[in-house]
Amino acid sequence: MELFTNQILAGIATGAIYACMALAVVMIYQAIDHLNFAQGEMAMFSTFVSWQLMQWGVPYWGAFVLTLAFSFAGGIAIERLLFKPLAKAPILTNVAGFIALFAIINSVAGLIWDFTIKQYPTPFGSSPFLGSQLISTHQAGMIGVTVLLLMGLYFFFQFTRIGLAMRAAASVPESARLVGINTSWMIALGWGMAAAIGSIAGMLIAPVVFLEPNMMGGVLIYGFAAAVLGGLTSPLGAVIGGFLVGIFENLAGTYIPGVGNELKLPIALALIITVLVVKPAGLFGRPIVKRV
Amino acid sequence: MSAVEDVVTEAPAVEAVPKRAMTLGTGTSLIMLGLLLLIPLFVKNFIIFQMTMLLIYGVAVLALNILTGGSGQFSLGQSAFYAVGAYTSAILMEQFNVNYALTLPIAGVICFGFGFLFGQPALRLSGVYLALATFALATAMPQLLKLGFFEKWTGGVQGLVVTKPDAPFGLPISQDMWLYYFTLAITIAIYVFSVNLLRSRSGRAFMAIRDNEIAASAMGVDVALYKTLAFGVSAGITGVAGGLGAIAVQFVAPDSYTITLAISLFLGMVVGGVGWLPGSIVGSAFIIFVPNIAEGISKGLSGAVFGVLLFLVIFLVPHGARQVAIVGQQLIGRFKKNS
Repeated sequence: MELFTNQILAGIATGAIYACMALAVVMIYQAIDHLNFAQGEMAMFSTFVSWQLMQWGVPYWGAFVLTLAFSFAGGIAIERLLFKPLAKAPILTNVAGFIALFAIINSVAGLIWDFTIKQYPTPFGSSPFLGSQLISTHQAGMIGVTVLLLMGLYFFFQFTRIGLAMRAAASVPESARLVGINTSWMIALGWGMAAAIGSIAGMLIAPVVFLEPNMMGGVLIYGFAAAVLGGLTSPLGAVIGGFLVGIFENLAGTYIPGVGNELKLPIALALIITVLVVKPAGLFGRPIVKRV
Repeated sequence: MSAVEDVVTEAPAVEAVPKRAMTLGTGTSLIMLGLLLLIPLFVKNFIIFQMTMLLIYGVAVLALNILTGGSGQFSLGQSAFYAVGAYTSAILMEQFNVNYALTLPIAGVICFGFGFLFGQPALRLSGVYLALATFALATAMPQLLKLGFFEKWTGGVQGLVVTKPDAPFGLPISQDMWLYYFTLAITIAIYVFSVNLLRSRSGRAFMAIRDNEIAASAMGVDVALYKTLAFGVSAGITGVAGGLGAIAVQFVAPDSYTITLAISLFLGMVVGGVGWLPGSIVGSAFIIFVPNIAEGISKGLSGAVFGVLLFLVIFLVPHGARQVAIVGQQLIGRFKKNS
C-alpha cells in the first residue's frame, strides 16, 4: 500500500510537467485549431534565453519576466511572419510548416548554446517537501504554479473583455468579425500566450530534465497525450490529464510486468490511441457535432 | 470552443487534385524511364547505391501519396510500416533462409494487414487527430522492436545484418547494379499499379472521400471500408519499400526507423506535390540530397537550412514539384506556339 501511495505521489510530481506542457498545447489548439508540433522547441528556446539572461547576471525572477515578454513577442512574431499567410492553406501545409519551424529552432538553439547538458536553477529549492522523499519543494512549487496559471487563464477567459473576444474569435470567427472583433489579431494573441505558457513550462521543467536542445522531445509527446486525454478543448482537462498521465505512467511501470522504463513511451502512446478511439473528445472536452 | 462544425462548407484537409493531373504524359514517362535505365551504366557504385535508395524512398513517398493525396488521410507514421516491412524481409532472409525476392511480397502482405488493422481505429479520427495517432505509432515502433520478447528474431538493439544478393544467372554485373535494376523493376510495377488503382473504381472512391466524406457516403461509397483499404494499400507498398531498403542497406536496427524517417517521408510528399504520383521521386530526391546540401552550406545550421528550404517550398510553390512541372509545361507550350 505504501508503494502504491508513493508511486501516486511520484506520478503527480512528474504529471505536473506534463500538465504545464499540455496547457500550452491546448492554448494554441484553441487559438488556431492545429496542434503545434514545434511547441516544445519554442519552449526550449525560451528556456535557453532565460538561462542566458541569468548567465549575464539577471536575477531569477527578472529573467523569468523578461523571458515571458520575449516569448510572448516571439510567438506573435512567428504567427505574423510565418503562419498568418498559411491561415487559408490546407492542414497538411500547416503541419509541414510546424515541422520546418521545429527543425529551425532546434538547430539554431544547438548552434548558439551547443548540445551539452546544462544545470538550470530552481527558485523553490530541491529539499524534500513536507518530509516526503518522493516529492521535492521544486515539484511542489511546479504544481502550485500550474494551478495558479490555470486559475489565471480561467479568470482571463471568463471575466475579461479580451478573453471573451478570444473565445468568440475561436468558436465563430464570422460572427465575431461582424461584431467588430479583430479575429486575426486574436489568433496572434493566442500564439503569444501559448508561447509564454510554454516558456513557463520550459523554465519549470528544465531543473528536472536538465537544459539541452532536445529536452522537450519526450515531454511534448506526454504533453500531447495529456491534452488528448483531458480533451483538446479544455484547459482544466489538460491539467488533470497531465496529472493522470503522470500517475498512470508510474503505476504501469511498477505493476504491469514487463513494462520497464523502456516501454513507458509506448504506454503513453497506447494511451493516446485508446482515448482517441474510445472517447475522441477526451474526458472534459466537448464533442464536436457535425452539421451537414 | 466550437461545438458545431460546418462540414460541407469547410475546406477539405487536402486540396483536391484532378485525376488527370496525377500522372505524367506517355512521352515524359518514357524519357524518365530511359534515364533511370541508362544512368547506372555510367556512374560509380556508390552513386548506384544512392539511386537505389532514391527509388526505395520514392516508393515509400508514393505510398503515402496514395493515402494522403488519394484518400485525404494523414500519416506521420509511415516509418512504422517501413520498419515492419524491413524486419519481415530481414528475418525471413536471415532466420528462415527465404529467397530475398520472395520476402518482398510477404512483407507487403503483412504490412497490408497491419495497416488495415491500424486503419480501424484511425477511422474515427481525422485531420490533426490522425496525424497525432500515427505520430504516436511512429514514436513507439523503435521501442517495440527493441522488446526482449522478440529478441530471438529481431536481434534486439543490435539489429540484424542482411546479406546482399548476387546477380542471378551468372550475369556479369556488380551486386549494386543488380540490386538497382531489381529495385527499378519493382518500382515501375508499383507505379503502374498505383496509377491504375487511382483510375479504378476504388481510386474514385478514395478521391470522393478526400473531397467530401459525407457526400461520398451519400452516394453509396462505403467510407469505412475504403478508408481502411487506403491505409492497408499504403502500408503494404511502404512495407515492400522497407523490405527493399533492408536488402539495400544490408542492415536493420530499431533506431533506423525513428520518427525522423516518418517526417522525412511526409516532407518528401509535400515537396513532391500532394497527389501527384511522379512527384514522389522528386520528394525522395529532396529528402536524400537536401540534408547533405544543407550540411554543406553550414554544418551547425543544417537543420535550420533544411527548415528554411521547406518554408520556401511552402510559400513559393505550395503544390510542390507538380506546380513546377505545370509551369514548365506551359512555358514549353508557349515556346512551341511562338516558333
